[in-house]
Amino acid sequence: MEETKYIAIDQARPKEEKQYSYLNLGPTHPATHGIFQNVLKMDGEVIVEAEPTIGYIHRAFEKLAERRPFYQVTPLTDRMNYCSSPINNIGWHMTVEKLLGVEIPKRVQYLRIIIMELARITDHLVCNAVIGVDTGALTGFVYMFQQREHVYEIYEEVCGARLTTNLGRIGGFERDFSAKAWAKLDAFLKGFPVVLKEFENLLTRNRIFMDRTIGVGGISAERALNYSFTGPNLRAAGVDYDVRVAQPYCSYEDFDFIIPVGTQGDTYDRFMVRQEEMWQSLNIIQQAIKKMPEGPFHAAVPDFYLPPKEEVYNNMEALIYHFKIVMGETDVPKGEVYHSVEGGNGELGFYLISDGGRQPFRLHFRRPCFIYYQAYPEMIKGSMLSDAILTLSSMNVIAGELDA
Amino acid sequence: MQTVSLDNVIVSDKPEGLEGAGFFATSLEKVVGLARKNSIWPLPFATSCCGIEFMATMGAHYDLARFGSERLSFSPRQADLLMVMGTIAKKMGPVLRQVYEQMAEPRWVLSVGACACSGGIFDTYSVLQGIDRIIPVDVYVPGCPPRPEQIIEGIMNIQRLVESESLRRRNSPAYKAMLNNYGIE
Amino acid sequence: MESNKAELIEKIIDALKEKYEDQVLGIDSPYEFLTVSLKQEKIVEIIRYLYDHPDTRFRFLTTLCGIHYPDQNAIAVMYQLHNMVTNQRIRLKIFLPEDNPVTPTITPIFSGANWMERETYDFYGVVFQGHPNLKRILNVEEMIMFPMRKEFPLEDQVREDKSDKMFGR
Repeated sequence: MEETKYIAIDQARPKEEKQYSYLNLGPTHPATHGIFQNVLKMDGEVIVEAEPTIGYIHRAFEKLAERRPFYQVTPLTDRMNYCSSPINNIGWHMTVEKLLGVEIPKRVQYLRIIIMELARITDHLVCNAVIGVDTGALTGFVYMFQQREHVYEIYEEVCGARLTTNLGRIGGFERDFSAKAWAKLDAFLKGFPVVLKEFENLLTRNRIFMDRTIGVGGISAERALNYSFTGPNLRAAGVDYDVRVAQPYCSYEDFDFIIPVGTQGDTYDRFMVRQEEMWQSLNIIQQAIKKMPEGPFHAAVPDFYLPPKEEVYNNMEALIYHFKIVMGETDVPKGEVYHSVEGGNGELGFYLISDGGRQPFRLHFRRPCFIYYQAYPEMIKGSMLSDAILTLSSMNVIAGELDA
Repeated sequence: MQTVSLDNVIVSDKPEGLEGAGFFATSLEKVVGLARKNSIWPLPFATSCCGIEFMATMGAHYDLARFGSERLSFSPRQADLLMVMGTIAKKMGPVLRQVYEQMAEPRWVLSVGACACSGGIFDTYSVLQGIDRIIPVDVYVPGCPPRPEQIIEGIMNIQRLVESESLRRRNSPAYKAMLNNYGIE
Repeated sequence: MESNKAELIEKIIDALKEKYEDQVLGIDSPYEFLTVSLKQEKIVEIIRYLYDHPDTRFRFLTTLCGIHYPDQNAIAVMYQLHNMVTNQRIRLKIFLPEDNPVTPTITPIFSGANWMERETYDFYGVVFQGHPNLKRILNVEEMIMFPMRKEFPLEDQVREDKSDKMFGR
């Protein structure tokens, strides 16, 4: 008697409409490393549609920037991609220097390159370690975060802060690298490759990791270009576009490095591209240290660069300049300028319109995370939930840059 | 290899009480306080940059696990301490409130970073100027971002609060009045 | 290299003027970045033309943003396109009236413009006709004002604990 009831239900099933369930991968979730929400329409374990919602950490950077003089915008840029904040700072300073038409000395450019490549290493460290965590490999994360501590110590020697660095000035650096900074940098360059190799050995030819990441969350090169992808996500899909090579800034043309490119655009390719970029960054830092020229550590921009304290206390002219800079009486040329740097996630662009006043008239940040996250629903359509989590962490979405 | 002898093992102070051969008598509050303070399970509500400093605090260098917080809980039902780290925008406010309401008593709140304490450098229309507008906060840790040592000091202050709390506090009318102030039943 | 670049720019301007001379309001190159101001009517056609034409082939949308010019009572929309093969960039600007900023969407050409247009709508109120999902993206959905316009204040008006006198506002 019981069997017939179930047979009847079973036979009726194919004629019923499919019932979908809705899963809320909410703003607070341990696997989404950041605050954004996805409502997933699921057919069992397979995702049919996804609707993302962002803006949970919208801090109105673009409006804030209209209220601040140029050097006060630097702490705002820190907090966009906070895993690699020196790149944002230096990118902003270069934008202002382009507006003012300042010529930067070679030594400053090489030092900036060292700092930017260190920041790129830290950004990729976090992303790769987090891909490991999402597949279950927690050890790699602990080892990689220890390496971040070493880089924090180098930042502290250069600018005084660990994470949100507010590094440098318009025109260069506030102080030259001390002997301690060079010593720490050398120690890092000796110790880090060993740990990176260990991390690679843990994951790259690991059967479980490869099964979980190959073929997962792929995107073709045409779709990626149509969605305006840049950075490691685009390079994993097969397009070799890197702002450092296409529009060299800050003397990148003097250095010899390769751009790693993937084939399928899936999670494994993104992981490998970031891994190889870390090795290339180490290579660039070593070349920069070998070729480091002598010279001043800042350009001569008296209207924007604070004079040293001893001169301010003793010299009348320096005092006047200090007053003018802090109170904002300096003239700024009018114009609109766009400058982009290769951030950890892609082309980070700054579009600045100046109307001659001390604050920007309009500042727009071209944030790579915001632009490529729109492709996420398309990338996970038809995949299972655990694959969707892995795709998300391999795209390296940082909430600060997403919402600005 | 350093041999372990009783000279270099640090034992924490025992609470006041009567001691004898095979027994130790003290008040229940002190024992419960001691047990609770060394086994706080935090809920890391990490939104932005302070979240990365928290990850550094949990890492091997500034180990937070030695304070008893080995197991992070992402489910509010199983957590004791809500650590809010990072900017809370107005869009996120209702979510934070819901997470707080889902926690079971006794619960504590640690507000890490300038943005969570008072809105920080973001004095804008979209940022909540401090989480104490919507939930009651026990300890504030200022900084932008605070160094891991400061976060650990915040945790130690929470431990002091946990140790010295009366067992009847959560049912007292004063506490209920404070929660009503925030609109929480 | 320099003459090559100048030739490329000449070709682009010629291709544009060949068909859409009447739509061009001005051509400039501030800081060596080709900037073209256009009328609003045929912007989608022009972008499609620049996508397909063999001399221009702008196949990558770098960014899209809004700008508010209160003196001219206009809200501008700025499109920045990129040709990765010849490494040439172009900036197109259209000006819309402040009280009714409406323009068609370019999502059929570039899928990446989806969220960028939503952000411009959220901040300035520019309505993109034909957009698949035009609602607010970064701000709270119930908001009625468009915050990036110049008349909207930066600070939260209901906060009591920060005194404007002390913060120099």
